Amino acid sequence: MAQATARRRQKRISLLRVLGPGHVWALGVGIVLVGEYMGWSFAVGKGGAIAALIACWFAGLLYTCVAIIDSEVTSTVAAAGGQYAQAKHIIGPLMAFNVGLFLVFAYTMLEAANAITLGHLVQTVGIMAGFENSSDKPFVVLTIMTLAWLNYRGVYTTLTFSLVITAIAFIAICVLFFAVQPWSDAYVHHDQLLTELPYGWLGVLAALHFGMWFYLGIEGTTQAAEEVRSPARALPLGTMTGIITLLIAATMTWYVCSGLMPWEYLGQSVTPLFDAARLTNSTVLMVLLFIGTIFSALASANCCINDASRAWFSMGRDHYLPQVFGAVHPKYRTPYRSIVFLVPVALVFAYFAPLDQVITFSILSGLLDYTFMAINVIMFRKKWPLGSIKRGYVYPFHPLPAIVLLILCAATYFAVFLGYGTQLIAMMVFYIVASLWFALHRYKFVRRGEQFTMPWPKPVGY
Amino acid sequence: MARKRYQPPVQSWIGQVFDTLFLLVLVLASLFAPVYLGLVGSGKYTVELSDTSWAGMKQNATMQAQWEKLGYTDGAEAKDGRQPAALLIATRFNYNFSFIELGISTLVVIAYFIIVLHWSRKEYREVIDEHFDDSE
Repeated sequence: MAQATARRRQKRISLLRVLGPGHVWALGVGIVLVGEYMGWSFAVGKGGAIAALIACWFAGLLYTCVAIIDSEVTSTVAAAGGQYAQAKHIIGPLMAFNVGLFLVFAYTMLEAANAITLGHLVQTVGIMAGFENSSDKPFVVLTIMTLAWLNYRGVYTTLTFSLVITAIAFIAICVLFFAVQPWSDAYVHHDQLLTELPYGWLGVLAALHFGMWFYLGIEGTTQAAEEVRSPARALPLGTMTGIITLLIAATMTWYVCSGLMPWEYLGQSVTPLFDAARLTNSTVLMVLLFIGTIFSALASANCCINDASRAWFSMGRDHYLPQVFGAVHPKYRTPYRSIVFLVPVALVFAYFAPLDQVITFSILSGLLDYTFMAINVIMFRKKWPLGSIKRGYVYPFHPLPAIVLLILCAATYFAVFLGYGTQLIAMMVFYIVASLWFALHRYKFVRRGEQFTMPWPKPVGY
Repeated sequence: MARKRYQPPVQSWIGQVFDTLFLLVLVLASLFAPVYLGLVGSGKYTVELSDTSWAGMKQNATMQAQWEKLGYTDGAEAKDGRQPAALLIATRFNYNFSFIELGISTLVVIAYFIIVLHWSRKEYREVIDEHFDDSE
């Protein structure tokens, strides 16, 4: 009786459907745009500036595949948790558990990376202003705590805030691009600064590792599926416009930065766009790109907290994790316990780990997720062929994008292996141990039939 | 006749706290171990530069000007509060790798996916059977 009452109460308090396509765009681009402001430049370090450009294009192709595949599945499986909910309906509980973890750790590590960048930038500007002893750590902690609080208080305000600051950060990149007059050699000197490939073609492959950072997180649009007013329209529209925005921003960013900085510097720069603005000697541009970097880091961290907590919440609600995480705040209607739980994880990594390591952990989790997406869509089409269920969007040339995605994922695993092989193995060990824990212990708490909630016919072959 | 639905046990609060702590420790141990053990960044090394003048480090006039604007100097030591660019210029990745290590890493990733997919298929069949059994 008490259980039935609790279940009814849980049903009554659900997430709010208040978001439109603009919010979906902001959620996708908001997470990722920071990738233009930091992190991508490590691709230059791994292979040189030209290698980073090639990596940017290949990663763009990878994410185009991700976006179109994701749009079809998400517009059909519109439930909180995004790819986690997809895995539950298409592949099975253990895969879903792993996908949930991929999402949580990709976003939580990205959130930590954003806080590190923000702290580093404030420290740099503090030193430039004469505060030699300024520390980045208080800003790192403050960023994570403040954004977690904002997320705790409500999704609409959080994502509207992200929409505004993401738009400002994108405009800042456009302003910098036109301010350096790409049609002349007044500022940019590609002829003098671009060198040959310092590591040869192996470096191009290695650069693919951080090339992903230009776009990592765009798939996060699906996390809002339960909070969007019209998922079938808003999710594909927000995701597609998001990837187009990022392709434009990535190309402009590479062009400006590689035309202003020697590759050895750019390859180790934490805030390349801010550094590019410094090199123009324009105070206005410096202030603008400072604001752009801060805003992009805040928007990204904000959306990361939103996405990671939704994935964690969904797993708690399904008892894949302790059910305590499946609670919705009675007043703010947010997954508040999940938000609070992930704060110390982000804090520990932001406080103690180097930026490139944190980024690598995020990229690896993302990469595992994309590998899953390719397998997932092939199984989705096989189990529910076209015409058997209503799809909001049908992606073209199936299965070619899925195969291309798998090939690019394989190349990126190799890219990560080059220079960061230890982290690759550490991450795989984590997922293997977590999988054993789920299969041998946690799965017994999961209600079997309730894992399937879509009004679809039985899958082909079952 | 409809099959009997699986009734999961209700997990106690202590059990939930234990599981939560287990996950927290697992995350921190697995992901932090390489950082803590100093295994991170092992792919990087420093090249010995015999000549740390701009020309010796193969930096042309434009590169030199940009380094200086960014607050760096030539030479091996800091000058007038400017850090030596040589520290950054000499940092390189070592892409020499053992095919055995590559083979092991590949095997781990592939085995992981095969095992997860195989196990999931078994669990998925239970989900489908119970869900459609109920709805029929």
